[in-house]
Amino acid sequence: MASATLSPCSARAALVKYASFSGLSRPASNRCPRAAAMEPQHAPSLTFADCRAGFWRMMPISTFVFVFGLALGLAARETGLAEVEIIVMSAVVFAGTAQFAALDLWGAQVPLLPLLATTLAINGRMLLMGATLYPWLRLLPPGRRYGAVALLSDANWAMNLNDLQHDRNNLGILVGGGFALWTTWQAGTVAGLLLGAGIPEPATFGLDMVMGCFMLTMVLVGKRNLRRAVTWVAAGVTAYAAWRWLPPNTHVILGALAGGIVGALWLERAPS
Amino acid sequence: MMATDGSGALIICLLMGLVTLGTRLGGVFITSLVPLRPRVRGFIDGMSGAVLIAVVVPVALEADLAGRLALAATAVLMLLLGRPMPAIAAGIATAALLRAAGLGS
Repeated sequence: MASATLSPCSARAALVKYASFSGLSRPASNRCPRAAAMEPQHAPSLTFADCRAGFWRMMPISTFVFVFGLALGLAARETGLAEVEIIVMSAVVFAGTAQFAALDLWGAQVPLLPLLATTLAINGRMLLMGATLYPWLRLLPPGRRYGAVALLSDANWAMNLNDLQHDRNNLGILVGGGFALWTTWQAGTVAGLLLGAGIPEPATFGLDMVMGCFMLTMVLVGKRNLRRAVTWVAAGVTAYAAWRWLPPNTHVILGALAGGIVGALWLERAPS
Repeated sequence: MMATDGSGALIICLLMGLVTLGTRLGGVFITSLVPLRPRVRGFIDGMSGAVLIAVVVPVALEADLAGRLALAATAVLMLLLGRPMPAIAAGIATAALLRAAGLGS
């Protein structure tokens, strides 16, 4: 969700930068002692004061999350979800892009497997994000380790990884900042529901296009290069063909797989 | 298919939440067992943008002229500014204005 706020551009750059010394993408043969020396040795700090500081540090950015939550609330009302349903969804899912995609599949009947597969495809990037934090998290006991990533999102991940890489050995922004993002996401969702109640014909105001425009910005906010462009074209062509000729609701999964296959075959050159 | 009446919608939301929580915790968990291979990273990275395109394509095809131009306006502003909020605002305004001018369906 917060990918909108702190551009994944910087986040992905941080990820690539990190992978270059962490050994996450290093061939097994290349175990240079210098990289090992850069592995963190002390468990990161995670006190209540750290979290409180992280919460307030994230607040300015969280105002953007509020606006996107508002858009989601408006779009959800238009899709026909009950108020309690969209509030529960925002509370337990807390991932804007996946929630917008869910609205696209929503109806009297929801195709459950395509919906869950789409959720996995959209949020799969968080697997990579969690992996980049592992060298620090492994120094914590399991309860705190997994608790710390329970509210993992784009903005708090990118800020925390930056902190850790610059010897601020502290998880306050991940946990406290995550809570700030979660709180404003809920507030935005409710605000959107309230606002939407006063708008009789959302399409007149272009509000039926909120979901599509949001998705498009999430594609274009990240790094733009030829490799990415080819994954998009592969996804677009596959999704179109599936939408046109295959059973309903197969287009998202097949498009995602097509882009994933291109991504697996065409690896980004490892930074030296 | 699963019906969204009764508690169906809430169950769907909870399942979505479980899958999402799995991706939050899964990266740390999987890496504790075995580092993510480059091919797997490449697949996930390629898929994360592709899935959004796959969602948007039918939205564009099913939209009216005003809706399509709204998406076009959003894409152009994103390419020029790189900031989502003004791009989305421009898209919505485009759809609203064109429909007010009678260019909708």
